[in-house]
Amino acid sequence: MTDYTRLTAAQLADALASGETTSVEVTQAHLDRIAEVDGAIHAFLQVDAEGALAAAQGVDEARAAGEPLGLLAGVPIAVKDILATRGLETTAGSKILAGWIPPYDATVVTRLRAAGMPILGKTNMDEFAMGSSTEHSAYGPTHNPWALDRIPGGSGGGSAAAVAAFEAPLAIGTDTGGSIRQPAAVTGTVGTKPTYGGVSRYGIIALASSLDQAGPCTRSVLDAALLHEVMGGHDLMDSTSIDAPVPPVVEAARRGDVSGMKIGVIKEISGEGFQPGIKRLFDESVQLLVSRGAEVVEVTCPSFEKGLAAYYLILPSEASSNLARFDAMRYGLRVGPEGVEHPSAEQVMAATREAGFGDEVKRRIILGTYALSAGYYDAYYGHAQKVRTLIARDFAAAYEKVDVLVTPTAPTTAFKLGEKLDDPMAMYLNDVATIPANLAGIPGMSIPNGLAAEDGLPSGFQILAPATKDERLYEVAAALEAALHDSWGAPILAQAPALAGKADN
Amino acid sequence: MSALSRDEVAHVAMLARIQLTDGELDRLAGQLDQIVGFVATVGEIAAADIPPMSHPLPLENVTRDDVVRPSLTPAEALAAAPKVQAERFAVPRILDED
Repeated sequence: MTDYTRLTAAQLADALASGETTSVEVTQAHLDRIAEVDGAIHAFLQVDAEGALAAAQGVDEARAAGEPLGLLAGVPIAVKDILATRGLETTAGSKILAGWIPPYDATVVTRLRAAGMPILGKTNMDEFAMGSSTEHSAYGPTHNPWALDRIPGGSGGGSAAAVAAFEAPLAIGTDTGGSIRQPAAVTGTVGTKPTYGGVSRYGIIALASSLDQAGPCTRSVLDAALLHEVMGGHDLMDSTSIDAPVPPVVEAARRGDVSGMKIGVIKEISGEGFQPGIKRLFDESVQLLVSRGAEVVEVTCPSFEKGLAAYYLILPSEASSNLARFDAMRYGLRVGPEGVEHPSAEQVMAATREAGFGDEVKRRIILGTYALSAGYYDAYYGHAQKVRTLIARDFAAAYEKVDVLVTPTAPTTAFKLGEKLDDPMAMYLNDVATIPANLAGIPGMSIPNGLAAEDGLPSGFQILAPATKDERLYEVAAALEAALHDSWGAPILAQAPALAGKADN
Repeated sequence: MSALSRDEVAHVAMLARIQLTDGELDRLAGQLDQIVGFVATVGEIAAADIPPMSHPLPLENVTRDDVVRPSLTPAEALAAAPKVQAERFAVPRILDED
């Protein structure tokens, strides 16, 4: 009997279209898998078995009635807990939103529902997407399916781990500084951050509005393209949404032809100073692309050096403003200060935010408030915005010479849970290769490119394309994926250790 | 040299409406001092004639058509409120005593 949790979304779509299986059967298989392994992984904060099966039933009936259906109709999906889901608890990993049932759907969620995709549940994340390890979730960390004592990346560690552990064929992530790509890298999965404005932000709890972008988390490049196509496109409910069709990502993923393409290696992020096994795999992947007909060009992006510092000013500044909405008045937690008989709204707000926010959120709100305060604005936020201009110019100059840029996605493989928790600066350094894309608004993608020799853990290969040219990510990723599969004989997750559960035997 | 003192952290936390315990203040002040020291390196760029970039897209004045569309009912809007009174959000007193 086919184990439907092991198929890609594209394979599931074929099996559903041919009548080989039903969405109810496929959805139930994933719910069973979640019941078996999620105790150990903790990828999910909420599992909505009832809602998922009802949606599956609906799409099965529609198919039986001969109604026209989208390609991914009936394929179940997990959704990061930062997207509002009507009727389904949404917390963004924070205590301040414990028990919040959104009265509306994010546009991305509306599109998933319209595409007939059952929502399995909501995935764990660093609180308000602030973190690179999922350890800042108020509901406990997610564990990496490759090694349960290691981080699954963050902030979208739940979505990446759910896909890596075969609990869901697809998941939605959001990426503000690497929160889709870095978890993909450390879990051996695929993740795309589309061009800023390519996917609607309506209904996504805002972290840093000028950086946030939702995207697909999958096990294959084609699956990412299929999901990208469902999620993306213009939305009147997001004023920063691009009024243009979704780039031809599926076509590019099916083609995967890099012959004649110019691929830029960025001198400043070419793996020097990264874990040696990651550097080696990166160099090998670049050679694989050369063997498929690509030309490699070295480019230099001197301003990237200041990117991390600029990011950790811009993000906290925007976050401190966005998170001011958690004021204990209209929704979310409300607690009064101890020992105050008739507290003012201001005192209630301060006490609620003290009780409801975790350390990392407090750190970043305070940092952002400081950076924006009178007397410091020019030195901090003002300068950071200028660095942003310089980084965008570095990209523009590089794309004069090359079609795409490539880097290792993260400097190390998955580190141990707890290892960097008390050292925020060490945690921030994980994002060095991913944040330039967010600052410039360009699309980026990570695909697994092997297991590092030192520790046998997955490494990620990042591709960056010019704004609105998302299809180039998929063109290159599909070519590299095909070359890597040729050498491995199977997708990388075939090498992942078995988790307790019947599917692994 | 300290980039950010404990007193400054306490003041900024007040501005951000986050009440901090003494223990938290001790811990966060040390960490924030280190972080501020790092992010301050953005000041090392020669910035004179570089325009600031606030946003990746050059969009201006994006508006929707001014048409009535479905929205939340009062019951839906109030469903998650900590306290409701007469179909309104009920909030603590908004004026300070002094």
